Amino acid sequence: MAAVPMFALAPALPEIVLAAAALLLVLIGALRGERAAGLIEALTLVAILAAGFFVVTQGGERVETFGGSFVVDGFARFAKVLTLVGSAAALLMSGDYLRRAGINRFEYPILILLATTGMMMMISANDLIALYLGLELQSLSLYVVAAIDRDNARSSEAGLKYFVLGALSSGMLLYGASLIYGFTGTVSFTGIAQALQGEGHTGAIFGLVFIAAGLAFKISAVPFHMWTPDVYEGAPTPVAAFFAAAPKMAAMALLVRVFITAFPGIVDQWRQIIVFVAIASMALGAFAAIGQRNIKRLMAYSSIGHMGYALVGLAAGTAEGVQSVLVYMAIYLVMTLGTFAFILSMRREEGPVEGIYDLAGLARTQPYAAYGLTILFFSLAGIPPLAGFLAKWYVFAAAVEAQLYSLAVIGVLASVVGAYYYIRIVKIMHFDEPAGAAFTPMAAGQKVIFALASIIIVVLMLPGAPGPLNSAALAAARSLF
Amino acid sequence: MTVAAAFFYLFSCVCVASAFMVIASRNPVHSVLFLILAFVNAAGLFILMGAEFLAMILVVVYVGAVAVLFLFVVMMLDVDFAELRQGFLQYLPVGALIGVIFLIELVLVVGSMAIDPELVKTPVAAIPPVSEMTNTAALGQVLYTRYLYFFQASGLVLLVAMIGAIVLTLRHKPGVKRQDVAQQVARTRDTAIEVRKVPFREGV
Repeated sequence: MAAVPMFALAPALPEIVLAAAALLLVLIGALRGERAAGLIEALTLVAILAAGFFVVTQGGERVETFGGSFVVDGFARFAKVLTLVGSAAALLMSGDYLRRAGINRFEYPILILLATTGMMMMISANDLIALYLGLELQSLSLYVVAAIDRDNARSSEAGLKYFVLGALSSGMLLYGASLIYGFTGTVSFTGIAQALQGEGHTGAIFGLVFIAAGLAFKISAVPFHMWTPDVYEGAPTPVAAFFAAAPKMAAMALLVRVFITAFPGIVDQWRQIIVFVAIASMALGAFAAIGQRNIKRLMAYSSIGHMGYALVGLAAGTAEGVQSVLVYMAIYLVMTLGTFAFILSMRREEGPVEGIYDLAGLARTQPYAAYGLTILFFSLAGIPPLAGFLAKWYVFAAAVEAQLYSLAVIGVLASVVGAYYYIRIVKIMHFDEPAGAAFTPMAAGQKVIFALASIIIVVLMLPGAPGPLNSAALAAARSLF
Repeated sequence: MTVAAAFFYLFSCVCVASAFMVIASRNPVHSVLFLILAFVNAAGLFILMGAEFLAMILVVVYVGAVAVLFLFVVMMLDVDFAELRQGFLQYLPVGALIGVIFLIELVLVVGSMAIDPELVKTPVAAIPPVSEMTNTAALGQVLYTRYLYFFQASGLVLLVAMIGAIVLTLRHKPGVKRQDVAQQVARTRDTAIEVRKVPFREGV
């Protein structure tokens, strides 16, 4: 057995850059202490940008390395770029909030960096061990950042709750993985796909169910969503913003890769699971958010619902379906980052506020912010000309093409219900009397992300604008089949 | 073979007995010590099976780290275990009943289970027999080559665990005297001692 030659490491260059940067920054932090927090934050952004550069410049063809456990293809590159964008944006807009809350510790950007490394490894995972290790690297970092405001009981509670439930879901995932290994004799996705050709694979289907449960937890799909509202509400807002974006993207990409590349032979079996999870998530996301008064909880239910819509595309099980999932996740990422950039800036003189009614009369006190937020909420609701509508249109079209008519109909109905609570916020902003003083001015990073997100959503309305996104997503989706 | 069989029965009897004593002994410190005894005997069983690497890991990790940690926790915490134990015996019949039901179920399942030989594929890399290569050597051959990626990724996971533990628990209390090596080395005769002129016959 030969040692791994240098050029075999080339496909993993972005991950190596991220991991090496994390190690270096830990060293800087340990030597310079809390004074280095600003420097480390800046260097983390540089490392993420560098990794993004290497991802973009990688060739388009499918490359495997590390004995086939790590794969880079068009799908991985597309998902990695989105993940890196999510991490970088979350980091960029969180600095100001963390400084004001007094929790701008130098470990925060490092943990985000390590979580991002884990997400990249998840996206490129091509066997069950790589899948598990990437997932754990990501999850462990997330458990810690959820509790980073350790003197706050709610933040600690959020971290502990997420940790206990996350450990349980990891256990289920491992159990499923061991069943699949036992019944197929291999951990490699391609090997599993070969072993599962033909009829009757009851044992492997058992394993598949457990793996689906473990992964559904990570994307907070119903019935494994219980942690989401509590963690979003309890964790510091920048952490919630991060949770809503990059990890969702990575876990969704992993789910798609596992189901499409490892279990193409038992599509009918896993489609039932995905259809159920999608319907339950869409319905819960639509109905449970109605009664929420806290905007972070509302966004948590909103993200549960959006995961349901994205899964509709996966249920189709076709290249068009995967394309629609990727487009959906890209647009979801933009909308959710923009919304959270604004939520992070919701702060009066006495401190941050999180209530929905604190937004009352925003159109009079801060008209630009109100219009930007209106665009984002209309888009989240899926009102026709906006990007959110396009995203929903593609997933439902993919479902209809795969003859999942009832799934598409239920999805449309759920999005009508969901539109109620998004539009109610728009109504509160524009037609209610101002509830208190204006918010303090937004920090620069938040302003940039918020403005960019609103502009992207508007630009995607132009005819022909979604074309490049669609074709890139289609090319990425094709690389899986 | 008879020597091996004798050792097998020795290790397994001591292992089961000490495992029972873990839950039966009155003193929690004794419980942990019995736990360590159980681990060591399980390690002996592993050696009998030719799995010397697992045996050493069991001793190093479980006895060396985990059990000693338990011991510290048990000795440090002021928990009245006698009180926790109140009513322990009154649940014994229910517990025993559930245990027996589980045992019967397990026997039924294992007894009637048959895995389709077609379903279970042969592993990609067969395990070499013990006579050709020891476990440790076999692991060493693949750990840094075929499984290099997993090895490094596990390292990162452990790094996150370490950073997390420090982030969430380390507190710098003001007013605690710490050792500062640079300051200690920089001490000179002038800063260390003070020479005083003491007037004759008057004391300090």
